[in-house]
Amino acid sequence: MNEQAITDPSQAPPGSSLWQDAWLRLKRNRLAVFGLCVLAAFVVIALLTPWIAPYDYTEQNLELGASPPSAEHWLGTDIFGRDLLTQIMYGGRISLAVGFVATAVALLIGVTWGAVAGYVGGRVDAVMMRVVDILYALPFIIFIVLLMVVFGRNIILLFLAIGAVEWLTMARIMRGQVQTLRQQEFVEAAISIGLSPATIIRRHLIPNALGPIIVYTTLTIPSVMLLEAFLSFLGLGIQPPQTSWGLLISYGAESMEEYPWLLIFPGLALTLTLFSLNFLGDGLRDALDVRGAGD
Amino acid sequence: MAGCTAIALKYVRYRFHTGRESRAIFSIRSLLSWALVCLLAACSPGESNVDRGNREGILHYGNGTEPQGLDPHVVTGVPEHHIIVALFEGLATKNPYTLEPEPGVAQRWEISEDGRVYTFYLNPQARWSNGDPVLASDVVWSWQRALSPVMGNQYAYMLFPVLNAEAYATGKLEDFGEVGIEEIDERTLRVTLNAPTPYFLQLLDHYSTFPVHRATIEKYGSATDRFTPWTRVENIVGNGPFVLTEWKLNRRLRVEKSPTYWDRDRVRLNGVVYYPTENATSEERMFRANQLHVTQTIPLGKIPVYREMPDSPFVNAPYLGSYFYRLNTTVAPLDDARVRRALALAIDREKLNATVMHNVNVPAYSITPPDTLGYFPPKLLGYDVDQAQRLLAEAGYPDGAGWPGLELLYNTNEDHRKVAVALQQMWKTALNIDITLTNQEWKVYLDSVSQMNYQMARAGWIGDYVDANSFLDMFVCGGGNNHTGYCDPAYDELILRRAPQANSRQERYALFFEAESMLMEQVPLIPLYTYTSKKLVHPSVRGLPSNLMDALNLKYVWLEPEAEAPE
Amino acid sequence: MMWRFIGYRLLQAVPVILAVITVTFFLVRVAPGGPFDGEKAVIPEVKAALEAQYRLDQPIFAQYTAYLADLASGDLGPSFKYPGRSVNELIAAGLPVTAELGLYALLVAVVIGGLAGVVASLRPNTAQDYIPMSAAMIGICMPSFLLGPLLLLLFGIHLEWLPVSGWGDIPGDKILPAVTLGSTYAAYIARLSRAGMLEVMSQDYIRTARAKGLPEWRVVTGHALRGGLIPVVAFLGPAFAGLLAGSFVVETIFQVPGLGRFYVQAAFNRDYTMILGTTVFLSTLIVVFNLLSDILAAWMNPRLRQQFGGS
Repeated sequence: MNEQAITDPSQAPPGSSLWQDAWLRLKRNRLAVFGLCVLAAFVVIALLTPWIAPYDYTEQNLELGASPPSAEHWLGTDIFGRDLLTQIMYGGRISLAVGFVATAVALLIGVTWGAVAGYVGGRVDAVMMRVVDILYALPFIIFIVLLMVVFGRNIILLFLAIGAVEWLTMARIMRGQVQTLRQQEFVEAAISIGLSPATIIRRHLIPNALGPIIVYTTLTIPSVMLLEAFLSFLGLGIQPPQTSWGLLISYGAESMEEYPWLLIFPGLALTLTLFSLNFLGDGLRDALDVRGAGD
Repeated sequence: MAGCTAIALKYVRYRFHTGRESRAIFSIRSLLSWALVCLLAACSPGESNVDRGNREGILHYGNGTEPQGLDPHVVTGVPEHHIIVALFEGLATKNPYTLEPEPGVAQRWEISEDGRVYTFYLNPQARWSNGDPVLASDVVWSWQRALSPVMGNQYAYMLFPVLNAEAYATGKLEDFGEVGIEEIDERTLRVTLNAPTPYFLQLLDHYSTFPVHRATIEKYGSATDRFTPWTRVENIVGNGPFVLTEWKLNRRLRVEKSPTYWDRDRVRLNGVVYYPTENATSEERMFRANQLHVTQTIPLGKIPVYREMPDSPFVNAPYLGSYFYRLNTTVAPLDDARVRRALALAIDREKLNATVMHNVNVPAYSITPPDTLGYFPPKLLGYDVDQAQRLLAEAGYPDGAGWPGLELLYNTNEDHRKVAVALQQMWKTALNIDITLTNQEWKVYLDSVSQMNYQMARAGWIGDYVDANSFLDMFVCGGGNNHTGYCDPAYDELILRRAPQANSRQERYALFFEAESMLMEQVPLIPLYTYTSKKLVHPSVRGLPSNLMDALNLKYVWLEPEAEAPE
Repeated sequence: MMWRFIGYRLLQAVPVILAVITVTFFLVRVAPGGPFDGEKAVIPEVKAALEAQYRLDQPIFAQYTAYLADLASGDLGPSFKYPGRSVNELIAAGLPVTAELGLYALLVAVVIGGLAGVVASLRPNTAQDYIPMSAAMIGICMPSFLLGPLLLLLFGIHLEWLPVSGWGDIPGDKILPAVTLGSTYAAYIARLSRAGMLEVMSQDYIRTARAKGLPEWRVVTGHALRGGLIPVVAFLGPAFAGLLAGSFVVETIFQVPGLGRFYVQAAFNRDYTMILGTTVFLSTLIVVFNLLSDILAAWMNPRLRQQFGGS
């Protein structure tokens, strides 16, 4: 067992070789590369949207109304006669931003909180997890409405509100992982050689718990995007004519029988993003899972 | 499926191989058999609500939301109205075709020359559902309850035309004896009004004026206690054409034909089942699955589909309500009447209605709906972009230059959003001005509007009775529902003093026309359209006409089973 | 020792719930809009009378202590929205329905999701992995407001196999709501269990087991499953909480008379007592379920179990 601990590369100082190895392994995973490429493409499109969008996203054509895909409007138009492709491109800007930023916020808080609670244990753990319990149990809608009234509407608040809700589950999962890992020999060894708790958490626990965390992150991004739709629908966050994929999908769902394209195309954009995230997440997990690499 | 089950069982056994498998498998097995039983049961052909209802004479009615309650002096909503008119009856009811008053508890009535004194003669056959007769003293007691200051009846104002009723309800008068209602004998009532009120008889069909059974209420608490269980299935005593037989929260509420109702021979339905259907999309699906005879509404997007059907169940009729935008006349740039006019003139209401609204409403150019009992409002705010541009330039914003921006507030709702998004673009195109949209959750929105913490806000108003006064008295100085800052003493003079004293209908309507012209000249609101009722009605339902008030009179309704729904 | 742990945790739950009550109590009162606000303004005298009937005319701290006193005796107060109904009664009407729905949904989620995840983890990066995992991915990006209507249109309207609404009224009307609510969580559980299994399968005690010559299925069931499913178990507590809160959408789509609908409507209606009552109730449930999920995780983790047994 001690030998195992010593050969565990995560024991070694995190040199550049670990990340280089991971990168090499990631590059070999074709699906992960595909996911990365799609995401990169979406991000580039989102950045360039104001210059490459085929139409002005506020431009209406009420007489035209909702029309199926055609030569002028490749993905059709919505009930106001606005070009759907343009809507999706602009919506992507918001959705991607919300998805990545809010998840990063949730990740930062959740992982730190869960790792500290799980590592320190005892009374600190009890208090920290009770805080999580309290936040879980609060009425979400009231919380959101209050935020909106107190702070006014802006997109930063949207990120914070979503991050504040999403980190809770992240913290619970991280804590569960850390509790398991803490019992393992290499952690005990690290404690015995006198490493500080912060170092142990940062260098040993978080890297070893990365698997489920990465998976959960790839799950959090889509749910964050959908939560954003719900919040915008409630009146927090973005306002028309601005839009997002989540909002486009919820509008599309209302008329899925009459105008299916209003649901299908935004749905495809979101699904493609999610699949890409998924492949990338799996690839990253495999690439970083150092122990599995020797097999 | 079988393979799947086998795999499931195998894995469960594997997982709990340490002596726990028997219990685990048992639970999985019971789960699967449960699922199987349900599937099989579901596959057997069941009779739809509509078919069974047609056979049994039971109407299955989509009622919007779960009723708050059934106490006529406590509740405030329309879904409650639909149920309470089945369980209770006022002095007069309404003919659903003409909206003319018809005998209810009162067999007949006399109106004095000056229109201020009404004498009601109660029907000797009128009975409570426990067999007690309905007496004049019941009505007096009930009105005292409805007006009681501690009761907190939000519709107490329906009785305010009655002499001294307002003073009593607001606590300024202690003695109910001074209020203008008097028991002449067991079955005769005299009601004295403040002023001749042409719509007074209409108010008697509103639940806040309904009689309630004193002995039942006092059995379960004090007269003015809101929290007693007297309206529960096992306790309630009413006087309407139906009695309550089942009330399952958020599930359904069932009423059956009353054996004691005085006019029971004309009641053709054996019962009604009300369903809380707050989601219009779900309600439409229930209708399509033949689970409802009647829906409350229909999602906008579904209208073209239903319109094209042969024998369409879609029913669309004018409704006594206006959809408009309030303008806060106390803040810039809306404190300038020219800006307000420009905004109103730049809207192409015909186009709005024909496109996003699927031609389902009636474009409106004033606050009162046209043909409100023969009253036609002025039309001053037609679509006129040139004039709108000129006015905006005069106000200092030529072609939108220097426009400070304007925020349009609406409560969160898909239809409100559609209107707002379309108008936002119309204003941009016609006047080159930017309007930002803000939606707020309902109660927050109400708070913003009543605090006048807004610039322009979506609003709707449903008339309490069929009369222009129900719309026009909203905008008197400091009116509780004004919220625009509009205040014109000349307008108040017309509405509050001269119109109530008018001697003839023509004179009264001329005064209303004058007042409404003054109002629309100042544009404290931008009328957009007149509401319509939009619902789905199964072809087997008869005697359920649409009317301006969407008034429901179940005595007229029956089911004709032969009529089949178009597939 | 296990009992002491449980008792300790239950004791901890009391301040949690008290904190939730306090925060919620003041939160709802600070939120704009009151319970009696409507499209038509209420006459001031009437509003004053209403507020007096609900104790809203008293100072807020007096209201708070009075509420706590009532709560201690098990009385959650009268509902604002439904006069004549107590909050106890409303919860009693909605809870069994939501609990049943949540239970079925959780069963759907665990059975389908766990199975898919474990199956996928056995042969990573093959068709046996991709197919269930892609299905899970679709499940995640399919929010219930989308999946519900889709299932309903297919099975309810076009095929006419299942009822489109109701709960316990027509046989089979519980299937679609349970599947809709469960499927999102099935997808999560599939992902978590696959990741957890892969994690465990690379650990040395599995290698040891393999080295001992055990057949692969014995390795999986005897050794890997228990550790691999810990993340899933940790997820169950929050998942149940999410099910209860998320059941609102499903309850609305399928006209299920559950607590979720009452709760969300109460928040929109500013039905103070109902919001508080449901929150107290749900937070208690959540605390209990988190506790259960911790106990289960501890039981499944041999080392932690040892700790319980030994200390």
